[in-house]
Amino acid sequence: MAATTAVRPGMTTRLRRWEGLPYWLVLPTVAYLGLFFVWPMLQAFELSVRVGGVWTFDPFRTMYHDIKFGQAFRFTMLFLVIIIPLQFALALVMALVANSSIRGRSIFLFIFILPLGASDLATGLIWSSIFTQHGYLNTVLQGVGFINRPEIWIDPTHQTRILFEVIAAELWRSTALITVILVAGMQGIPKEYSEAAEVFGAGFFNRLRTVTLPMLKPAIQVALLLRIIFAFELFATVLGIVGQSTTTLATEAWNWQTGYLNPHVAAAYATLILGMSVGLASIVARLLRTKKEQLMR
Amino acid sequence: MNIKARHLKTASLYVLAIVLSLWVLAPIYLIALGAFSTSAAVYSYPLQLLPHHISTTNMSFFVHSAGIIPALERSVYVAGLSLAIALAVGTPAGYALARFKFRGGSTLQLGIVGTRAFPIVILAIPLSVTFIRWGIDDSVLGVSLAHAALALPLVVLTTASIFSGISVELEEAAMTLGCTRASAIARVVMPLAIPGLAASAIFVLLLSWNEVFAASTLTLLHRTLPAQVLAVLDQALLPFRFAGGFFLLAPALVIVFAIRRFLFSMWGVVVK
Repeated sequence: MAATTAVRPGMTTRLRRWEGLPYWLVLPTVAYLGLFFVWPMLQAFELSVRVGGVWTFDPFRTMYHDIKFGQAFRFTMLFLVIIIPLQFALALVMALVANSSIRGRSIFLFIFILPLGASDLATGLIWSSIFTQHGYLNTVLQGVGFINRPEIWIDPTHQTRILFEVIAAELWRSTALITVILVAGMQGIPKEYSEAAEVFGAGFFNRLRTVTLPMLKPAIQVALLLRIIFAFELFATVLGIVGQSTTTLATEAWNWQTGYLNPHVAAAYATLILGMSVGLASIVARLLRTKKEQLMR
Repeated sequence: MNIKARHLKTASLYVLAIVLSLWVLAPIYLIALGAFSTSAAVYSYPLQLLPHHISTTNMSFFVHSAGIIPALERSVYVAGLSLAIALAVGTPAGYALARFKFRGGSTLQLGIVGTRAFPIVILAIPLSVTFIRWGIDDSVLGVSLAHAALALPLVVLTTASIFSGISVELEEAAMTLGCTRASAIARVVMPLAIPGLAASAIFVLLLSWNEVFAASTLTLLHRTLPAQVLAVLDQALLPFRFAGGFFLLAPALVIVFAIRRFLFSMWGVVVK
């Protein structure tokens, strides 16, 4: 760009300034992310291993021996393991419907991605209106004669039931994001690939397995990473549906910070959450590593 | 494929599409129904499934509950302020990533994407300690700074894709006709970038409006709307929960409608 004018005397300083320009432009972002991302993260580590100027593992010990820790840990992990296959299956079906040739597919796609706007708190409130004892689920079930009297769905002694209610609510909410990512990925696949496979007699499921899914691998990878990270942020959906009787790791961090006013144990939870989400995310990234040659096979 | 099989395939696709749409729309319909009825209606059982008596009683009960209106005002301020910060800080970086090849550029891009990999929890907890030291705990500014940090990576990436979609020749043409780079950006690039920037800005508003973890960790008395709703959730009456759920959801749905096309191009960028 500016290089064409560089031969003229006196332009060299100007040229040098152009070379520095991109760095000046990215400086605010780097500084901001350093101040509000990197620094807090380092500080969280410090808070979790340093109490009153003394290095210690006490916050982690307190966290581990806390009566709620086991329940919160189990709930978060079970949630993650169960929701991943369900959510990806649902999102894939939605994306395939939206990518098919039926009339009105763009309207359907718009409907599928509506919950993208729903916050975790709004989702919790919406689904508590469904699962509460005198709520919509019981109204419908009793209306069709499936039950005789209102069933208690939100029962702290039925942890499995609560787990699946939270999963239903999160399936409703966050599948939209996975669908958007898969649809964006599908739009990048040339139609010719699938058509060629069809010409050679590949049925729908064959094409899905051998053409669409391998081509979607980068999109699936991004979606899976986000899914894992968001699972560790599971918070207000659970509070909205069941309150404090069932907690997640994020809820516990929040309780220790805002309720028990102990930022050290809260930071220990935050460090655990970070370690687990980064650890799991890098395992997934490695397992799903995409090679160009694999795509061309 | 014969015609019969093709019809069958189309029919089953429609059934699938309608079932999935109902799965998404039914909860929205039900919460709206509860929000626009009376408290007597939400306490009755079985609940009404059709809008027989539409009423704004529950909504006005929610809005006039203690603390809701000031919290709503703060939510609006926080959304506006985090939008201003994120765009002011992030847009130049997006432009740099789109227009220049510079050493460390791709590393930087990766680093910016990578920051999204860190859960909100790890930021909110230490920031609440820092903000006390800075004297901006429990304030609109504190929450805005945190929300802007969350939005910044997406703003940089989306503005980068917006600027790379605008032909560099236009900018060069303006510069050969006597514009400086700054005036070429102001007169040629910006007008073309406005729709994309607006969508990206609206996305920041959505993020801020919905965010509850950082907001409720960083505030105590001066809560944003979601933080206020969360704080009183334990004692909340049914009309409050129904109307509150709808009140939080409604603006978000409008936003998704407004930027529906942009969402796909935005994630298209990330997927590539």
